Amino acid sequence: MKQSFAALVAGLLFGLGLVVSHMIDPAKVLAFLDIAGSWDPSLAFVMIGAIPVAAIGFRATRGRHAPLLDTQFHGPSRTRVDAPLVIGSALFGVGWGLVGFCPGPALASLVLGRWQSWVFVAAMLVGMIGYRFLDRASGLFFRRYSTFISPR
Amino acid sequence: MENFTPLSALIGGALIGVSAVILWVVDGRVAGVSGIVGGLANPAEGGAGWRISFLLGLCAAPLVFWTAEGGLPSITITSSLPLLAAGGLLVGFGTRLGGGCTSGHGVCGVARLSPRSLVATLVFMAAGFAATFVVRHLVGA
Repeated sequence: MKQSFAALVAGLLFGLGLVVSHMIDPAKVLAFLDIAGSWDPSLAFVMIGAIPVAAIGFRATRGRHAPLLDTQFHGPSRTRVDAPLVIGSALFGVGWGLVGFCPGPALASLVLGRWQSWVFVAAMLVGMIGYRFLDRASGLFFRRYSTFISPR
Repeated sequence: MENFTPLSALIGGALIGVSAVILWVVDGRVAGVSGIVGGLANPAEGGAGWRISFLLGLCAAPLVFWTAEGGLPSITITSSLPLLAAGGLLVGFGTRLGGGCTSGHGVCGVARLSPRSLVATLVFMAAGFAATFVVRHLVGA
């Protein structure tokens, strides 16, 4: 219950960050990705703002064996740079560049009631479930590379 | 560069950083949106409670912003239906295969200096620049 409350607060702050930075707006994102056009580099400052804050916060937990409300940290399990990482990230980048939505902003924009957001999120979920289906169907290849182990 | 808004982007980014720190320090979880959603599709990963709570907060954020600021954020989406569908499929499938998106790799992973996340971020940024270039300047959609 407390875990879920912390997650709710984190989700809310995350979404507010997307709204305040205008990352929720695909037009703003495409203006950032359109280097050959009238490039708007603003959104680079989202990462410049987020990464140091996250880095300092993560560093503070070094040496701790568990988070405040769980018995262990659930970090990523894979450390190797491999083909699925590169191929998956390339596919993601292409989809991002086609529309200007990545997963967070797409979800946060649903409440604004544009049909385009709903179509994008529906297709995104189909893609995720499709991956899951392939993952199970061709267990050997995909399961080897799935990024997060199930901790319990 | 008439629409250059580095300050609001910096503040928004800092909020995202704080969010990632809270989720990690309190719950021990990575604030990667594709992983949080994707984990719901895999019952073996568990944690439906915190995942759904995070997503509820994320989805409610524009409304909270609205009550605080008196205006909903304005967004512009010009993509056609086929482009939206293709983009969504690629983002959904690609983030799961690649194990993360702009938040999990781009913010959390890069903040930890994870080699996987640094590579993933370079690759999806490059692919994003390339796809936008093709759509806007070669196809003209």
